[in-house]
Amino acid sequence: MKLTASGMHFRTLNEQIRQSADTDIEITNCCGQRYIGSGLQGKNITIHGVPGNALASYFDGGSITVYGNAQDATCDTMNQGRVVIHGSCGDAAGYGMRGGQLLIRDNVGYRAGIHMKAYKEQQPLIMVGGMAGSFLSEYQAGGTIIVLGLNNQEKPAPIGALCCAGMHGGRLFLRCNSEPTDFDNHILVNRATQEDMQSIEEHLQDFCKTFGISYEEVIAKDFYVITPNTSNPYQALYTKNCV
Amino acid sequence: MLQKEGEIRIPSGCAISGIFSRSGQRFNGEEIIRSIAAMHDRSNGLGGGFAGYGIYPRTKDLYALHVFYDTPAAKDDCEKFIAQHFEMEVAEKIPTRRDPSITDEPAIWRYFVFPLAKKMLDIQVDEREFVARCVVKINTTIPGAYVFSSGKNMGVFKAVGFPEDVGRYYCLDQYEGYCWTAHGRYPTNTPGWWGGAHPFAMLDYSVVHNGEISSYDANRRFIEMYGYKCTLLTDTEVITYIIDYLNRKKGLTLQEVADVIAAPFWIEIEKMSEADKKKYTYFRNAFSSLLITGPFSILLGFTGGMMALNDRLKLRSMVVGEKADRVYVASEECAIRAIEPELDKIWSPKGGEPVIVTLDEGVTV
Repeated sequence: MKLTASGMHFRTLNEQIRQSADTDIEITNCCGQRYIGSGLQGKNITIHGVPGNALASYFDGGSITVYGNAQDATCDTMNQGRVVIHGSCGDAAGYGMRGGQLLIRDNVGYRAGIHMKAYKEQQPLIMVGGMAGSFLSEYQAGGTIIVLGLNNQEKPAPIGALCCAGMHGGRLFLRCNSEPTDFDNHILVNRATQEDMQSIEEHLQDFCKTFGISYEEVIAKDFYVITPNTSNPYQALYTKNCV
Repeated sequence: MLQKEGEIRIPSGCAISGIFSRSGQRFNGEEIIRSIAAMHDRSNGLGGGFAGYGIYPRTKDLYALHVFYDTPAAKDDCEKFIAQHFEMEVAEKIPTRRDPSITDEPAIWRYFVFPLAKKMLDIQVDEREFVARCVVKINTTIPGAYVFSSGKNMGVFKAVGFPEDVGRYYCLDQYEGYCWTAHGRYPTNTPGWWGGAHPFAMLDYSVVHNGEISSYDANRRFIEMYGYKCTLLTDTEVITYIIDYLNRKKGLTLQEVADVIAAPFWIEIEKMSEADKKKYTYFRNAFSSLLITGPFSILLGFTGGMMALNDRLKLRSMVVGEKADRVYVASEECAIRAIEPELDKIWSPKGGEPVIVTLDEGVTV
C-alpha cells in the first residue's frame, strides 16, 4: 500500500497502516507524524521524508526503512525487528531498547542507547556510521552499540562528553583515531581483540552492505571495546569503596 | 476564581520555531505559522505566540508598546501614564480576526511612542532604560494592564490558543519581517492567561522557551536586586530579564551570555587552556546566580539577530537548518522541512553551544 502523508495527522496515518492488509507499506511526504510503527508487528514500512518522534517505539518485528532523518526517541523500548535510517537520528535513540536492530547511516544525537538492556536471546543492537552525541550508553544495561565515526577526522573517538555514565552492562564498540579517554573509573577501555571483532563481524558486514560502504575501509582503523568494570561495579556509585 | 500566572505553578512542554533572513529580506508571517503548525501536537491549545522583527518599518524609530487590558479603567490609567512619559504618535487597536477557538479576549492595543526628553533627564537614564522602567512600572502598578511588547520595529503577538490559530487571529499574514519566532505551549495546568503565553519580551529582546528551569528561584532572587520584577513567576520571564541584564546592562556579548547561563561544567573547565580556564571560572563566580539549570531550549530574538541555545545537558531537542540566506531553528526537523523541504545544511547544536545569527554586514532594517 502507498500512503501520502502530506498534511495527515499521525492518528489517521497510523490507523491506515494498522488497518492495511498489506505487509509492505510505503509512505511518501512524511513530515513529523509521530509513533509510526509503534507496537507494530510483521510489516515492512518504507518512509520518505522525516518521520516524527517515537518512530518504531515498542516495535515488535518487521522492518522500517527511512530515506531521510529521524527525530527523537526512535526505537524507544523496541522489542524486535530492524530499523534502518538513511540519514541522521535525533536524541535518545534506542531508549530502553530491548531487542532488534537500529542502523543509522550518519550521526546520532544525545543519549543514544540510554538504558538499553538485554536478556538471553533478546540482544539489541545500535550501529551508527557517523558520530554520536554526549551521554552515549548512559545507564546501558545490555546489548551492543557500535559507532564507526566514518566522518570523524579530528577527534580521538566519535563521541561527545560524559559517555557511559552509569553504564553497568552490555558493550560499546568505537572505531577510533586513537585510544578514547575521559570515561569514569568504573568503565574499562580495551583494544578490541580478534574475538571481539569476530563477534561483530557479521553486523559490520551487514551495515556496509546496507549503506554501500567499503568493509575494508571500516576495519582499517582500530576498534576499542568499552564495558563496565564488573569486578567492583558499585565502586564509585555514591562514594569510593575500598577494594 | 480564575487564577493568573504566578498564583499557580505551570510546568510546560512546548514547541519553538524561528526563521531569520541574513540579507534582511522581509517575508510574510504566514510562513512561521506553517512551521509551528507542523508541531501542533507539542502544544495543547493553552498558549501560542509570535515575535516579528522589521514589521513596523514606517515607525521604526518609535517604541511599539503592545498592551492587554482587562478593564476600561486599566486602559484609562495606562494611557494616562503613557501620556505623562511619552510622546504618543499612534494609538490603535491591534487588528484581529474573529476565530471561534480564541475566546476571552482582553482589549489589545498598541502605541507607537517616544520617551519625553525631560522625563529621561529627570531620572538620568538612557532611552532604553527609561522604556524598560516604564514597562515594569505599568506591569506592576496598574492592575489589569499588561505591556507584552516594547521594542522598536518589532512586535509580540500572543494569546491562549493553538499557535496557528493565534497567528491567524492576529492577521500575521498582513505583516512582513526579516525574523520571526514562534511558540506553542503545553502547560499541564494553566489558568489560561494571555500574558502567560510566550514570547516574553523586554525592549527588543524576545524569548520563546521550551523547558522547565529548576534554578528559577535562585535566578529570580538575583535579578530582582537589579530593578526587575518577576510578576508572572514563570521561568521564561526570568530568562528574558537575565538576557536583558547581561547583554544590555552589563555589556556582555551574546556568546558570553550563553557562557554564563549555560556555563560549562567544572570538570570541563579543568581541561581548558589557562586563558579559557580563567575566563570561564570568572564567569561562573561573578554570575553564579544566573546559571540556568534544568531543561531548556530557547530562541532569543533581538534587533538584527537571533540566538538559539540549549541547556548544557541538552535535555530538549533543537535542530538548525540553512538554505541560502535563511536560517531556521525548531524543536523538530519537520517544522523546518514543512516550509523548506530542500535545505543546504541541517544539524543539531550541542548542549550549551549557542547559534547566533545576525544580518549580513551593511544590511540595515
